[in-house]
Amino acid sequence: MEANKLKELKLLCANVRIDILEMLMKFGQGHLGGSMSCVELFAVLYGKQLNVDPKNPKKEDRDQVVLSKGHAGPVWYSTLAEKGFFPKDWLFTLNQGGTLLPSHPDRTKTPGVDMTTGSLGQGTSTAAGIATAMKKRGLNSYTYLIVGDGELNEGQCWEAFQYIANYKLNNCIVIIDDNKRQLDGYTKDVINPFSYQEKMKAFGFYTLTAKGDDLEAIDDTINKLKEVKDSAVCMVLDSVKGQGVKFFEELLSNHSVKFNEEYTNEANKAIAQLKEYIAKEGE
Amino acid sequence: MIKLVEDRTVNGKELRKVFVDTVNDLMDENKDVVILEADLGGASGSTATLKKHPDNFIQCGISEANMVGVACGMSTLGYVPYIHTFAPFATRRVYDQVYLSGAYAKNTINIYGSDPGFTVGANGGTHTSFEDIALMRAMPEAIVCDAADETQFEFILKEFSKLQGVHYVRAGRKACRQLYDKSSQFELGKGVVVKEGKDVLIVSCGQIVSDALDAAEMLEAEGISVEVIDMFTIKPLDKDLLVKEATGKKAVLTFENHSIINGLGSAVSEVIAEENINTHFKRVGVTDRFGQVGSPSFLQKEFGLTTQDLYKAVKETL
Repeated sequence: MEANKLKELKLLCANVRIDILEMLMKFGQGHLGGSMSCVELFAVLYGKQLNVDPKNPKKEDRDQVVLSKGHAGPVWYSTLAEKGFFPKDWLFTLNQGGTLLPSHPDRTKTPGVDMTTGSLGQGTSTAAGIATAMKKRGLNSYTYLIVGDGELNEGQCWEAFQYIANYKLNNCIVIIDDNKRQLDGYTKDVINPFSYQEKMKAFGFYTLTAKGDDLEAIDDTINKLKEVKDSAVCMVLDSVKGQGVKFFEELLSNHSVKFNEEYTNEANKAIAQLKEYIAKEGE
Repeated sequence: MIKLVEDRTVNGKELRKVFVDTVNDLMDENKDVVILEADLGGASGSTATLKKHPDNFIQCGISEANMVGVACGMSTLGYVPYIHTFAPFATRRVYDQVYLSGAYAKNTINIYGSDPGFTVGANGGTHTSFEDIALMRAMPEAIVCDAADETQFEFILKEFSKLQGVHYVRAGRKACRQLYDKSSQFELGKGVVVKEGKDVLIVSCGQIVSDALDAAEMLEAEGISVEVIDMFTIKPLDKDLLVKEATGKKAVLTFENHSIINGLGSAVSEVIAEENINTHFKRVGVTDRFGQVGSPSFLQKEFGLTTQDLYKAVKETL
């Protein structure tokens, strides 16, 4: 990746992290861990990979994102706002009555959101449907299906993977956010997933792994997956729940964080550091 | 305007054939009409669409939840999906998928739930749905229909193709008695007065409307004037017609191939109660029971859904 592009994406990540922390603090609580683990992924998608137009979010040949782990709405909203899909002040309406940014994404409310998700597992099938329709329409567009590691407990995911692999929907890029944790603890303790890579390979997917905080690796991996013509494709994102803010990475229960005084102080410290970084790098 | 067939003892075309032929016709007119199956294409006969429209048939394998999601995803790009599976699997098995990926997300999905109620026959209790109307009726904005015969089933399927949203129709797969002449005109959401009468009103839906009509004629021969409404759209319910026709009747009965809990009977009772219509009221349908195996005619008797059962219920209610 070009140095300028990399710097742009890093700055985007910093801004998105600030947005996430601020919007969740404003509401008082929210899904911090699973939003933070996807920040770099969303930066690569919206900063480099996606064919989308914030001025025309419904353009026919656009790439589409289905955030099946719908509770990570805040990372999507922050990225969309940073890229100009809607004004940034919308972020501070998160979950307020009448908001256009509900906790879980709603395709009827938010510009740039193409599929409603929240009941875990369901986005895998709707994404498969979108990718099917794109192929039938002869569109060269991609559907990016982002599914959580904990979410893979849901049987419907595996029904959808079966379908995506059977029809060799190589335009449906399946991304597993392997942030190792779910609400009740570590995924290996809650219900052991064993190896996602082996499972996906067995289901018929060409599967690669990228570090969740490595912008270049994520970008390279997506590029490689786009070259695959004869099978379904998957990227396992080796990420950290709460990624990018050490305090929240180490917080035992970081799925949904309620901002007490300590957490608020830590979040504000992180915001100050991110702002410092932006001031230094953004010159 | 509707016209009844002259001989109501004759069976029509197999309903699954009606489904396939109608969807095939729709595909002729609109290349975006697609049909999705979860390994019941042989049971519905929908694999026949493959001959003329191979690209419009999507096999999902035995994974109903995924089938619903795929259909909903396709509808966002303008496709008009029809899905089929047995009525219990099309509703209670995939309720959250139809509810959220479908109705809540404002996606479009046209659902044919086959072999409802006693028409399940040899597939038995596991495949029986006496609660599909109840479930679908509780889903915001969903349209819920029960087809009385082949003519009406074809109308319902065609009408669905013009609308956005979640639409559910239940109908058997086998042939049932013909009720309506092909020239009949229906309107979704409008009940049909199939027989006029002064003393008693029977509100029914589905293929047992024909049995309701038989019961009405038996009663008529005894001097009891019975009106029959085919309320083929259970939701939205034709409240205006109901209020108009129920007012002044000595008794109102509902007759459905479904549980009396939250089905047509409940829907009608809500109107009767809220509109303060002063009449005797009785729901004839399946009481709080599970299905079981047996021939459709055995099951119709077992669950108290025959002409005789309705005839007796009217006499008792009066």
